[in-house]
Amino acid sequence: MTDIFYTYLLPTAIIAGKSLFLIVLLLVSVAFLLLADRKIWAAVQMRKGPNVVGAFGLLQSFADLLKFVLKETIIPSGADKVVFLLAPLVTTVLAISAWVVIPFDNNLVLADINIGVLYILAISSLGVYGIIMGGWASNSKYPFLGALRSAAQMVSYEVSIGFVIITVVLLAGSLNLTDIVNSQSGDLGMLNWYCFGLFPMFVIFFISALAETNRPPFDLPEAESELVAGFMVEYSATPYLMFMLGEYVSIVLMCSFGSILFLGGWLAPFPFLDFIPGFIWFALKTCLLFFMFAMVKAIVPRYRYDQLMRLGWKVFLPLSLLMVVLTSSYLVLINHFSNNL
Amino acid sequence: MLITNLFFYIFSIITIASACMVIAGKNPVHSVLFLILCFFNAAGIFLILGAEFLALILIIVYVGAVAVLFLFVVMMLDVDFTRLRAGFLAYLPIGGLIGFIMFIELVLVLGTWNLDLNLPLSNGLTSDISNTRALGNIIYTEYIYFFQLSGLILLVAMIGAIVLTINHKQTAKRQNIFNQVTRDPKESVKNVNVKPGQGI
Amino acid sequence: MKKINYFFKGFFLIEFVAAFILAMKYFFRPKATINYPFEKGALSPRFRGEHALRRYPNGEERCIGCKLCEAVCPAQAITIEVGPRHDDGTRRTTRYDIDMVKCIYCGYCQEACPVDAIVEGPNFEFATETREELFYDKAKLLSNGDRWEHAISKNIEKDSSYR
Repeated sequence: MTDIFYTYLLPTAIIAGKSLFLIVLLLVSVAFLLLADRKIWAAVQMRKGPNVVGAFGLLQSFADLLKFVLKETIIPSGADKVVFLLAPLVTTVLAISAWVVIPFDNNLVLADINIGVLYILAISSLGVYGIIMGGWASNSKYPFLGALRSAAQMVSYEVSIGFVIITVVLLAGSLNLTDIVNSQSGDLGMLNWYCFGLFPMFVIFFISALAETNRPPFDLPEAESELVAGFMVEYSATPYLMFMLGEYVSIVLMCSFGSILFLGGWLAPFPFLDFIPGFIWFALKTCLLFFMFAMVKAIVPRYRYDQLMRLGWKVFLPLSLLMVVLTSSYLVLINHFSNNL
Repeated sequence: MLITNLFFYIFSIITIASACMVIAGKNPVHSVLFLILCFFNAAGIFLILGAEFLALILIIVYVGAVAVLFLFVVMMLDVDFTRLRAGFLAYLPIGGLIGFIMFIELVLVLGTWNLDLNLPLSNGLTSDISNTRALGNIIYTEYIYFFQLSGLILLVAMIGAIVLTINHKQTAKRQNIFNQVTRDPKESVKNVNVKPGQGI
Repeated sequence: MKKINYFFKGFFLIEFVAAFILAMKYFFRPKATINYPFEKGALSPRFRGEHALRRYPNGEERCIGCKLCEAVCPAQAITIEVGPRHDDGTRRTTRYDIDMVKCIYCGYCQEACPVDAIVEGPNFEFATETREELFYDKAKLLSNGDRWEHAISKNIEKDSSYR
């Protein structure tokens, strides 16, 4: 009996505890990032943003949470009930589950698996299901159109993200996120980060991440000027909250993924700043990318649907393909692979 | 080993059950969703085998891309299943015959397949080389021609699909965004002083 | 040449960077937001808000029941009934109702009024919980007049030089 306890139950309990801690940390930071998003958006438009609940409106997200939870969940009579309620759940669970492979610091990661990059790619490619299911199950015109748009959009931008990741993986020589960060360390400090060597790829990754997470200027699935709220039209109360939560969690995930791939994760920008703990650097870089996400929302107008598809397939795909070829040619030229065959 | 076996049976049962639901489901969208569940559990079985790369590629390619397109098409089609099932009895004999022949063939194949149980079961988790690298070592050396050939076949299929569906009507108005935004107002607008009663 | 120039502008996201710099300039500008329930924006003396029936300084109601406001009201929101008052027999309104749901706040009633009795005051925060509360009667309008008399008379005085 004690044998089973030590081999199975105790490790399971420890992992469950760690996961719970990670989820709570994640949700609290998402609450504040959501507020930051609104504040940044407001500041660019010379507004104050939410400032009533708590000091400087710090508790606004929690007030919103309370409001959403206390409201009545309305399920349209024509809706497919099971799929309708499953859709927000899928979105949130997938967005949160991708965080297990994100390394916050050296060896500070829940699951240090060999193919962390592929895992995140897989999870983010599944994110489209929540939207499609929600749009279809609502049994209504606008959600359906939103779902169709997002299906095409997310599948297209997955491809360019995939190629961007391939260039990074080629340089790092590993699919493990910890190894990718470690391959960016060196005497030069921040000059070793891939965002300098692969700057065009960094830009493509950033824009594709915007499209992947349905952020403005690519928020066509929920374009409020044409589709009211897209796939979320029929949602209210807690299911709506879960959609919002899933969306923001995956945005923060994309920010941290970008900071790992291109900004050196937990590495300090200059060697003399090494005394500051790694996870602070990681959080700072993620916040920097999130700030860019929020600024783009404030300054860029929405793309038209056909232009969005054109950008994905006719601009980003050839460009990233070219960069994959260039990167691998460069690596062959300097005999990068000769030692590890 | 106990837990691994347990998970294997859980994954297998869900795979088979959801595969049955794919066929039995009344609503085609539900069928596709069950198909996705089926893929997931197949990926789980790959994971138990230690083939983590294959498991995730299965999810990325089949669930993330192929099933999305399935769902896309199925959602758009308004399939009326009662009408499809109308001729069920008429087609039953020939359909049943084909199914029976396929079943017999499967039995024959499985019966003659000599499964060597003494082969060492390679488990990616135990070997020191990661199975992504192991797969690459084989695909890009031993099977490089087959690999490139399959890539070419996919390319041909892609070009074929585009050729079949593309429809460049001369009458249709198309938009060239680059030309639009680089247009010079001086070249496109002309001020004419029109005298009354004369026209241009 | 112009096309090449445009291509490079788009390719290197020059306009995005310019927009980002502009947005950062706006980011640190003083905010235009008014902290509404605590601060309020300035109102013109001609602001047309909630209606009020005024009184003379001696407490006599101004309205003489001429029904000009009822006649001019484009939304037909005003209903007036007139009769002699019991104690002195002067012509007064026995009923003066304004349907605030119908009212379009055009201000014709206060323009039409010969004695400045009906006016639209500076109050715009008169939302109610029920629809019935928005059917104002004479008592409500008179009490509005008493409450807002100070502000209303000041506004009329400020605006008088332009009339």
